[in-house]
Amino acid sequence: MYEFAYHRPASVAEAVKLLAADPEAKLISGGMSLIPVLKQRLARPSALIDLGAIPDLVGISVSATTVTVKGRTTHAAVAASAEVRRAIPALAELASHIGDAQVRNRGTIGGSIAHNDPTADYPSAVLALGATVHTSRRTIAADDFFTGLFTTALEPDEIVTAVEFPIPDKAAYVKFPNPASRYAMVGVFVAKGPMGVRVAVTGAGAKGVFRHAAMEEALAKSWSPEALEGITTPAENLTTDIHASREYRAHLIGVMAKRAVAKAG
Amino acid sequence: MGYEGIGASVRRREDLRFLSGRGIYTDDINRPHQAYAVIVRSPHAHARIRGIDASAARSAPGVIAVFTGADMAAEKIGGLPCGWQVKNKDGTPMAEPPHPVLAVGKVRHVGDPVAVVVAETKPQARDAAERIVIDWEVLPAAATIQAALQPGAPSVHDDVPGNVCFDWHLGDKTAVDAAFARAHKVARLELSNNRLIPNAMEPRCAVGEYDPATGDYTLWTTSQNPHVIRLLMGAFVLNIPEHKLRVVAPDVGGGFGSKIHHYAEEAIVTWAAGKLKRPVKWTADRTESFMSDAHGRDHVTEAELALDDEGRFLALRVRTLANLGAYLSTFAPCVPTYLYATLLAGVYTTPAIYAEVKAVFTNTVPVDAYRGAGRPEATFLIERLVDIAALEMGMDRVEIRRRNFIPKDAFPYQTPVALQYDSGDYHRTLDEALKAAKWDTFEQRRAEAARRGKLRGIGISTYIEACGIAPSAVVGSLGARAGLYEVANIRVNPTGSITVFTGTHSHGQGHETTFAQLIADRFGVPMSQVEIVHGDTAKVPFGMGTYGSRSLAVGGSAIVRASDKIIAKAKRIAAHLLEASVEDIEFKNGMFRVAGTDRAKSFAEVSLAAYVPHNYPIEELEPGLEETAFYDPKNFTFPAGCHICEVEIDPETGEVEVVNFTAVDDVGRVINPMIVEGQVQGGVAQGIGQALFETCVYDEAGQLLSGSMMDYTMPRADDVPYIQVGTAVTLCTHNPLGVKGCGEVGAIGAPPAVIGAVVDALRDYGVRHIDMPATSHKIWRILDAGRQRLAAE
Repeated sequence: MYEFAYHRPASVAEAVKLLAADPEAKLISGGMSLIPVLKQRLARPSALIDLGAIPDLVGISVSATTVTVKGRTTHAAVAASAEVRRAIPALAELASHIGDAQVRNRGTIGGSIAHNDPTADYPSAVLALGATVHTSRRTIAADDFFTGLFTTALEPDEIVTAVEFPIPDKAAYVKFPNPASRYAMVGVFVAKGPMGVRVAVTGAGAKGVFRHAAMEEALAKSWSPEALEGITTPAENLTTDIHASREYRAHLIGVMAKRAVAKAG
Repeated sequence: MGYEGIGASVRRREDLRFLSGRGIYTDDINRPHQAYAVIVRSPHAHARIRGIDASAARSAPGVIAVFTGADMAAEKIGGLPCGWQVKNKDGTPMAEPPHPVLAVGKVRHVGDPVAVVVAETKPQARDAAERIVIDWEVLPAAATIQAALQPGAPSVHDDVPGNVCFDWHLGDKTAVDAAFARAHKVARLELSNNRLIPNAMEPRCAVGEYDPATGDYTLWTTSQNPHVIRLLMGAFVLNIPEHKLRVVAPDVGGGFGSKIHHYAEEAIVTWAAGKLKRPVKWTADRTESFMSDAHGRDHVTEAELALDDEGRFLALRVRTLANLGAYLSTFAPCVPTYLYATLLAGVYTTPAIYAEVKAVFTNTVPVDAYRGAGRPEATFLIERLVDIAALEMGMDRVEIRRRNFIPKDAFPYQTPVALQYDSGDYHRTLDEALKAAKWDTFEQRRAEAARRGKLRGIGISTYIEACGIAPSAVVGSLGARAGLYEVANIRVNPTGSITVFTGTHSHGQGHETTFAQLIADRFGVPMSQVEIVHGDTAKVPFGMGTYGSRSLAVGGSAIVRASDKIIAKAKRIAAHLLEASVEDIEFKNGMFRVAGTDRAKSFAEVSLAAYVPHNYPIEELEPGLEETAFYDPKNFTFPAGCHICEVEIDPETGEVEVVNFTAVDDVGRVINPMIVEGQVQGGVAQGIGQALFETCVYDEAGQLLSGSMMDYTMPRADDVPYIQVGTAVTLCTHNPLGVKGCGEVGAIGAPPAVIGAVVDALRDYGVRHIDMPATSHKIWRILDAGRQRLAAE
C-alpha cells in the first residue's frame, strides 16, 4: 500500500467537497474491492475519503412499490432484512451469496455498483429490476448507469446515496460461481413487474453487465423456462479466460436464465 | 486421565496453541533492530539482464542496502545445491546447471529473484524496490515441456542445449518388449498429471541474524527440516561452519513438501544479516508464494499395459516427460524417478516393467516434492490404465484388480522395479472398502440420481506407496547426497518427566501428541509428563526432518530405540537400588519390580537416583539418564489401500459434486486413530483438489495465469464431502513399531478414484479418460460434443 491522506467526512456534502477538491482522491465505503487493489499497489490514490461516518447513508426503507437501500448499507444488512425478504426476496438472496461472511459485513451496495466489477452480483439486480440510482446530485436510471468495465455514469465527484428498486411481481437470481474466486462466472437476474420483463446478465459480458433482449422478448410472451428453449447467446461479446470459454459462458447464461425463471415461479 | 498409549484417540495437544492464535510462527519472531527485506523478482519468464540501476533505490528513504547477484558472486556465495543426482541411461550424470541465489546474467522464470532491498520498514523496502531499474532483453520462453523439447526451443540454461536435464530409465526393456509381443490385448493411455501450486496456509518467511560478538548466525525459517537447511546453506551456499549456524523452524503452518527445499530467501536474509550486522526479515506475500514456492507434479506420459487373455497383466511400458521448472530444486531429480517409476508395479504382479523418464527444464517455477511426490503420479497412471484395461477386456474394474493383486502370502514381494514390499493384504482393504462404500448397491443410486437428472458415477483406486524414507545406503546408491536416518534424544529429567528431542519436524501432523503417546506407552508415565522438542538445530541432534510420511516410521523408531537404551540403563539402576540382579528386574506401567516380589521402585525414583547418585553403582555406570539413538530404516514402508469415490454430474453445467468418499488404508499400526483419520481426510481433500479443481496455468510467454486465489482453484470445505475413513492393518515387518505412514495416502489414492468416478458417470458419452482437473468446463465440452454427435446421428 502506498501512503495516502485519509478523510472521514460527516456528511455527503462534505464528502463531495473533498472529492471535488482532489481529483486523485478515492471514495472508500466497505473497501472490499479497493483495499485489495491498494494492498497490491495497483492504485495510488492521493487520499481516501471514508464514507463510514455518514449516518444518512445507511438504512433500508420499503414502501408499497419500492425498496430503497442507502449507499453504505452492507450486503449482510440487505440479506438479513425481513422487509427486503418480503418485498424482493431475490434481492435479499443475492446479497446473502456475495463473497463470504466477512465481505458481506463490510461490502456495501453503493461501493459495489460504483465499482461495477463485471463479475459483481448487484449490478444484475439493479439492471434487471430497473432500479433508480440516487446520487449526491441527481437520479440515474439503471439502463444509463453501467457504461462499461469498471465504469459508470457517475461524475468524478458524485456519490451513490441510495438505490431504489421497484418491487417486481416475480424475480430471481441464479449464479454459476467462478470455481476459484467464487465471483459470478455467469449470473442471471430475471424480473417481471412494473419494470416490464427484464433479464440482466453479469459475470459473462466482456463489457460488464448487460440486458438480454432475446430472452426478455421471449419471457414477455410467456414467462416460463420453456420459453427460453432454443434462445442462444452470441458468444462474441462474452469473456473468455482460463476458467471458461465464451462458448461455455454463453451456454451457462441459458441454463442459469432457465433456472432463474423456474425459481421466480 | 484415560488411556493415552498406543491406539488411543488422544486429542492433539498442540491444537490449543494453534486454534487460540498462540502459535509462534516465523513471522511472529521479531528481533531487536530488525530490518526488512523485499525481493525484486523477474516479471519475465526468460530475459537477459543487461544492467541493474539501483541508485534511486539506494537513496530512497529508510534503505539500508540493495544487493544483486553480482554482489553475491563477488563474495563467492555458492548456488543453491541439489541434493540428488540422477544418471542418464548411458551412466553419465544429469545436467546440473548453476542455481544462483540472486539471478546472474539472466532470469529463467517469472518470480526469479534478481535483487534484494533491505530497509528500516517493509513499506520503505517495497517503495525502494520499485525504484530499481532493470534493463531487460526479453527472450523467447519455453513455458511447457512440449515447448522446451521443440527443435530450436529457447535454452533455459545456455549450457544445457535441448533443455533435457536427464534421460533416465528403469526396468527390463527386453522382457517388456517380449511380453508385449505375445500380449492378448494392450491397454493404452496418454495422460498429463496436472501441475499444482502447494499453497500452505502459512506463506514462507525467513529471519536472519548475526551476532558480531560471537560470529554466530541464526536463521528462523518456515522449514520442514532445519538441519538439512543448515547443512545445505552453511556448507554449500554461505560457507558458514555448522557450529556457527543455528537454524530454527518454529511452528510451521503447513508444508506439503514445499517447505523441504532450501530456498534463496533463506540464504539472502542470513547473508544480509551478516553484511549489515542487523537482523533481516523476509515474509512472502501470497503472490510471491505462487511464483516462488516449488510447484508439484507436471508430467506428460504415454503408457501401455499388456494383458493375457484372462486379464492378467504381462508387462507395463511407460514413457514420461517430467517438468523440472527453471532450476533443480533441492530434491527435484528423485521425484519423477526413484519416487515414481519404482512404484509402477502398484499392488499388482506385473512381471515386467520398463519406464523411461526424460526430465526437462522450462521457464517456470522449479518443480519438486509435493504431498506424495512421484507416488501420486505413479498411482494415477497405473489406476487409470487398469480401468482402461478393464474396458478393453470387458471386465469388471474390481475383478481385474483382484486377479492381479499380489497375494497376501507372497510377502516379502520383490517387484520388477527395485522395491521389495514387506507386507500387505490388498484383498482385505479392497473388501472392506467395497463394503463400507456399498459398492454392490451403486446401480440403485445411479438410477435414483438419473431420476433427478444427474449423472452418477463410481470410481475405485487400489494404490500403494513407499514411504518411511529411507535406508541411507540404498538411497545413496540411487544418487541421494544425504543419509535418511532419523534421530531421537530422550532426556529423563531428575524428577522423572521426559523431554524428547526429535529430528523430525511437525508442521501440522500432530507429532507432539503422537510421539508423547509413544513415550507414555513405553514408560508408563502420563503424557503431561512428556515434552516433545523439535525444529531447532541448537537443541536437537542432527536429524533429517519430515517428508515422505517418514516421521513415525523412522523418527518414531529412533524414539523406540532411545527408549530401549533408557530402560536398559534404568533397570541397572533399579537393580542396584533393589539389591537384585538386573535380569530379575521387570519394567511395567512405570514401575521397576523384582520379578515375583512386591519390591519395586517407580520410574521417578530411579530417575532421581540417576541424577542424585548417592546410592548408585558409580563404578560401573555413569550418572544421568539421557540417551540418543539414530535409526536407519532397513527398507521403505508400503502403506496401501482402497479409495472409492462417487460423484454426481450436472449434465446441464458439467459441474461435478463428490457425494461419497470412502478410504480404507493400511498404514500399519495406528498410534492415534483420530490423527490418522485427520491426515487421511486432509490428503483426500488435496487429492480431490488435484482431480477436480487445481491446475497451474502458464501462457506461452511463461506468464503465470493462475497466480492468485482468484484464478487458482483450491478445494473448499463445501467441495469435500464427509470422508469415511477405515483402516485395515498389516504390520510393517522391519521397524520396531510396525508402522507405515499415513500423511500422503489421501493425496495418492484419491485422484484416480475421483477421475474413475467422473469417467464412469460419463460412460454413455464414449469417454475413456479425462485429464485432471475435471473442471465443469472440461466436462461440459465432453457433454456438448456428445450431444452434438447424437444430434448428428
